Amino acid sequence: MKHFFTILSHEIRMLLVSPSTYLAAVLFLAMMGFVFTGILDIYSQAPQEISPGSVFFQYFWLPVLFMVPLLTMKSLAEERRLGTMETLLTTPVTTSEVVLGKYGAAYALYVGLWASTGGFFYILKKFAGGVRVFDPWPLVGGYLFIAVSGLFFIAVGILASSLARNQAVAGILCFSMLFALIFGSWYLGNAAWLKAEDLHALRTAVNYGQIFRHYEDFTRGVVDLRQLLFYLSGTVLALIFSILSVEAKLLHG
Amino acid sequence: MSLPPPEPAIVVEHLTKTFAGMVAVNDISFTVGKGEIIGFLGPNGAGKSTTMRILTGYLPATSGKVTLCGFPITTRPDEVKRRIGYMPENNPLPEDMRVSEYLYFRGRLKEIPRRKLGPRIDEVLELCDLKRVRHKIIGKLSKGFRQRVGIAEAILAEPPVIIMDEPTIGLDPHQILIVRDLIASLRGRMAVLISSHILPEIEMTCDRVLIINQGRVVAQGTPAALRREILGGSTYELEVAGEAGALAAVLAGFDPPLRATREGEPDAAGFRAVTLAADRDEELGEPLLRALLARGLRVRGLSRGHPTLEDVFLAATRRSWDAVLPPAPRPAPAAPTGKVA
Repeated sequence: MKHFFTILSHEIRMLLVSPSTYLAAVLFLAMMGFVFTGILDIYSQAPQEISPGSVFFQYFWLPVLFMVPLLTMKSLAEERRLGTMETLLTTPVTTSEVVLGKYGAAYALYVGLWASTGGFFYILKKFAGGVRVFDPWPLVGGYLFIAVSGLFFIAVGILASSLARNQAVAGILCFSMLFALIFGSWYLGNAAWLKAEDLHALRTAVNYGQIFRHYEDFTRGVVDLRQLLFYLSGTVLALIFSILSVEAKLLHG
Repeated sequence: MSLPPPEPAIVVEHLTKTFAGMVAVNDISFTVGKGEIIGFLGPNGAGKSTTMRILTGYLPATSGKVTLCGFPITTRPDEVKRRIGYMPENNPLPEDMRVSEYLYFRGRLKEIPRRKLGPRIDEVLELCDLKRVRHKIIGKLSKGFRQRVGIAEAILAEPPVIIMDEPTIGLDPHQILIVRDLIASLRGRMAVLISSHILPEIEMTCDRVLIINQGRVVAQGTPAALRREILGGSTYELEVAGEAGALAAVLAGFDPPLRATREGEPDAAGFRAVTLAADRDEELGEPLLRALLARGLRVRGLSRGHPTLEDVFLAATRRSWDAVLPPAPRPAPAAPTGKVA
């Protein structure tokens, strides 16, 4: 893992000097800003039962579906299209180091962008005066959920990028996979046919993978080890498949 | 970097590579000595790039053995990659980095210590005449500069083996000269394997030439040895006036006899151009001149033909096609005549 940090710092540097990163950051902050002001509007009209912090994170899927493909689609697909993967892999660098380095950089940017939304709450706290407006703990839970689920989402993006040669294809593939992951489990969880007694085991499995339910638990302060394991095992699996995909493409041209 | 053990730089034994049933490289064996510059020739699709990719450890071979500086490529890929500078075909480079940034990043990946890296980058920038563009973005450089960035990157870590796939493609004659000098300056220090289509380039730069066709080595040796082996014999261009019968008698007097392969029409002064071919390679110029004059023939010019590497290449690849194509009823083609230098 000697070269992991070289690749990681190089990738972060390249992200920081790229104008597209700033464009993506502005879009992300604008989108989340709209969501935030929308929530504040609702809260200013009538008292609500749940904290604005936990409502804010309810919309986590919106940036996930758009930002994750944007952040990851270029990583491996572009290297393969330009042919620079060949020069990269003829240095004493392993495929795992390349994949993990790119993954680490995309994840750092993803977490960094989400962390910047902390500014919204800071401003609210400063100008609304006092802690009584909202409870900080759902916020902590929300950010923890973002950090943990982000591990998996970014890994899915890297996997999509490792499968395609074209950035756009990688982006669309990533979008579809994330959509299936987030809304597919939610849809299946509500499906009537799954409620049959014979499918009990399958229903349990689907419920276990319900990302919306994980979000609710985290913002309520419940950090379940099974949920952490879900994201970690998903991340490891997606990264292993990414490494295998890069290596398989070397073998078969 | 530790000193490599005293084996040859590259040893390739019975290397075979197949892609989905198609044989790209077929039982190739060759050796490259330390500090030797080898030209790797072959028509498009002959298996040059595939062989080079296997040598760098990028592609796995189907069978055979490759040893680089004493390290087998299959079991010690890390050691092998530490000892190689590679410039792939089409020289892929990241579009959005500056030249010096790119070299710094590559130097770090090649495990050059930080304190040595700065001076070394300055050195290769100077060597490759890239100082002017060191802060430019690679995507905005012209083809010639990009090629030189690729070469600078390959020699950056001073590896004992350098593999370059068509390094001079797309360069203007001035830049080719710079690249040629650069490669020649590596002689004795680094083993260099270059593939190219520009045959005079190879001939001028390389100690030895390896010609492959359809995945097999069809000829290898120094350009001069290849000329002898592939073309056999030598040719002479003669401008002579006098009786036709006298010339035939002179030619028959040599052992083995010289043949007139082409005879022109006499010009206004009565001189005609004749191309002569001999089966032997030794110098026949002087005895030929004496014999012609002794017969009373008038000679205006006599020169020895110098077949180029191109002739050798064409003859070698044609010969291998004849050998490989299943029904080969036609006789082997005659060696092409050389061009007059």
